[in-house]
Amino acid sequence: MVPELGHFALILALLLASVQAIFPLAGSLSGNRAWMTMARPLAFGQLTMIAIAFAALVQAFLTSDFSVLYVAEQSNTLLPDIYKVSAVWGGHEGSLLLWVLFMACWGAAVAALSRNLPLTVVARVISVQGMIAIGFLLFMLLTSNPFERLFPVPQEGRDLNPLLQDPGLAIHPPMLYMGYVGFSVAFAFAVAALIGGRLDAAWARWSRPWTTVAWVFLTIGIMLGSWWAYYELGWGGWWFWDPVENASLMPWLVGTALIHSLAVTEKRAAFKSWTVLLAICAFSLSLLGTFLVRSGVLTSVHAFATDPARGLFILLFLCVVVGGSLALYAWRAPEVSDGGRFDFVSRETSLLANNLLFVAFTVLVLFGTLAPLIYEAFDWGKISVGFPWFNKMFLALAPFLALVLGVGPAVRWKHDEPMRLVKTLWWALALSIGVLAVSYLPAFSGGHAWVPVGLALAAWLLFSHVAIVRERLKNKGGLTKLGPALVADLRGSGRSFYGMVVAHLGVAVFIVGVTMVSNFQLEEDVRMSPGDSQALAGYRFEFLGAQAVPGPNYMAQRGHFKVYRGERQIDELHPEKRAYLGGGMPMTEAAIDPGLFRDIYVSLGEPVGDTGDWALRLYYKPFVRWIWLGAILMALGGVLAVSDPRYRMARASARKPAADTAAARA
Amino acid sequence: MKARQKRMILVGVAVLGVGVAASLALSALQSNIAYFFSPSQVLAGENPPDAVFRVGGLVVQNTLKRQEDGLTVHFDVTDNAETVPVSYTGILPDLFGEGQGVVAKGRIGADGVFYADEVLAKHDESYMPPEVQDTLKTTQANDGVVETTARSVQTATKTVAQ
Repeated sequence: MVPELGHFALILALLLASVQAIFPLAGSLSGNRAWMTMARPLAFGQLTMIAIAFAALVQAFLTSDFSVLYVAEQSNTLLPDIYKVSAVWGGHEGSLLLWVLFMACWGAAVAALSRNLPLTVVARVISVQGMIAIGFLLFMLLTSNPFERLFPVPQEGRDLNPLLQDPGLAIHPPMLYMGYVGFSVAFAFAVAALIGGRLDAAWARWSRPWTTVAWVFLTIGIMLGSWWAYYELGWGGWWFWDPVENASLMPWLVGTALIHSLAVTEKRAAFKSWTVLLAICAFSLSLLGTFLVRSGVLTSVHAFATDPARGLFILLFLCVVVGGSLALYAWRAPEVSDGGRFDFVSRETSLLANNLLFVAFTVLVLFGTLAPLIYEAFDWGKISVGFPWFNKMFLALAPFLALVLGVGPAVRWKHDEPMRLVKTLWWALALSIGVLAVSYLPAFSGGHAWVPVGLALAAWLLFSHVAIVRERLKNKGGLTKLGPALVADLRGSGRSFYGMVVAHLGVAVFIVGVTMVSNFQLEEDVRMSPGDSQALAGYRFEFLGAQAVPGPNYMAQRGHFKVYRGERQIDELHPEKRAYLGGGMPMTEAAIDPGLFRDIYVSLGEPVGDTGDWALRLYYKPFVRWIWLGAILMALGGVLAVSDPRYRMARASARKPAADTAAARA
Repeated sequence: MKARQKRMILVGVAVLGVGVAASLALSALQSNIAYFFSPSQVLAGENPPDAVFRVGGLVVQNTLKRQEDGLTVHFDVTDNAETVPVSYTGILPDLFGEGQGVVAKGRIGADGVFYADEVLAKHDESYMPPEVQDTLKTTQANDGVVETTARSVQTATKTVAQ
């Protein structure tokens, strides 16, 4: 009964979405106010219906209703309750429902928080969101209905993929989807602006906070995925250039470019059509990512059981979205004047460089990801692109990006004097050259050429941003009042500035992490008998054997290690190898002794012989945490930027909307 | 006129830059791709002799043997027509097993053994790499495999379809 209710709610949601796609838009074009005012209630109704459907599915999981096919495939009575909930998005159908739920949330958020926007804009944005919702709801109802019944009803479910029975992965997909779907808001704003033919600074200001929030979610989602892969897959890598990882990275790269180009459009009314194009691309790449994951056209470690019909549907949907929006763009964009001229030495130029580098890298990742498909289409053979290629491409572009990143925020809009820049940044440059020289010494770099480069770039980012903050505060009352000036700045409209600084420092931290872990990590695959010791990176690992330990829904072989530094024991580690009762699939649980400057990582391979020997992996990972710390800083920077009162002006002036629109236009 | 010339120079530089970048990326790609071959193709000598490539199929039952050092394993990979012996040193992915689909990346030695330096891991037990799936199907269609294997392939296909 409840599953049918959920199914019915989805159908109602589809009907609502159809109304939502047509009437507010038609109203905005014909000036029918009544139709336009339908937009907000429709967005809330959409959320209600999908929330009901989602709740119905959660309930089916919690009560282990195996008459629902999807529940029988993903869950099991032995599964702990918390994982019964996360199992809802453990498979294709449920994760799609989660995706649609988030889309409805974003839609309702736009409806609720857009009181200051002109009604025509709100109506158009919500209409466009309705169109996207139609696509996804049709996809779900036609090819992947989560409420499909199963007869005869099995006694027991198949169990959730053990890899997903982990807190990191319980929240990774929701974060990632929030990011993916969040770009649909930026997309909807862009398309609405194209429909209305009104692309101006006000449009950029409205879509900026939405885009940044989506970007923050995506950043966190990708970071969690990387962290999860590191500790859960048992081989200690943090990024594999797997097609599905690339699928999440591409929208992130374009989204990062979009955030920066929106800044130009808001402040200088330049790059307008370019910004719109990026907004379209960011969401299109999110859809492409979905297509790659769901259709199974690429060999990936992220295997969703696939179905050609699904792939075809998403491909068609992708064509409609990309084709439709690009056609609209081609039709409307030429009318947009790209105002705001600028000189070579200006903030605009550096942001242009940022955009070009990000887009170039996106194109390369896209090409590398799709190359196997291209080769197959031309019958050149079945290939896979090795991760060294992606690493090379990253290393070819990232240094330039870091160099520009240190200069960009120091340059003034429109026109700046090169001498003024030199005056601001010379000591930052000198210090980073110093870092380069010192870390070039064999004692530090160990002969790895990239070590000095990476560390110098990180130092350059750090020092140049210190210089930039100093410059800003100098103009606000001198260095003596540094503290109060900083506080006042953070209270006032300085938050987006400091958000930028924090995010950029996150890049520096990330660079340090990547440089150190790539060049100095040590890995050893060994066979050890109980009582054996193995030395690695100045640590001594003593293996005391492994024994069987039962878990709630699995049997584990639990290894016992003592780790010594010199004579002192610093930690005991218990890596596990689990066999889940629901399925035959074994699982590796690595044991990690984490630290800010190094991780020690042990994972069980497989038992060897009958004397209690094991094949083991021992890893030493210096600075690996800095990679995720950097991503967290970037996300924090985004949050700080969005909290800027500038974007909340809306709320204060909601009482006098006319004045606000005038202000926004100015 | 001057502004226009400036713009043309800019466009020219941009086109040149993109061209150089693209050719560099493509030439780097050439040395980093690994072609896929089925055991039948390997035995027919279609694979490049010195380059890294991938071979895939099912791990033949009862061929998984561990060497003395405990880290080197030998197993045979088949597409139900021919088999290729594979040697791999290291820890195998969790879902590796006899009768399972597998893709190995490495080089073929003079002794006809494929020395893998990477064995593909997968996240889901019911997943079959598309290349492996294709090989099994083509072999089935071309050679009319013996009944038992044909059935096992069907089950494999069915599992994937789920």
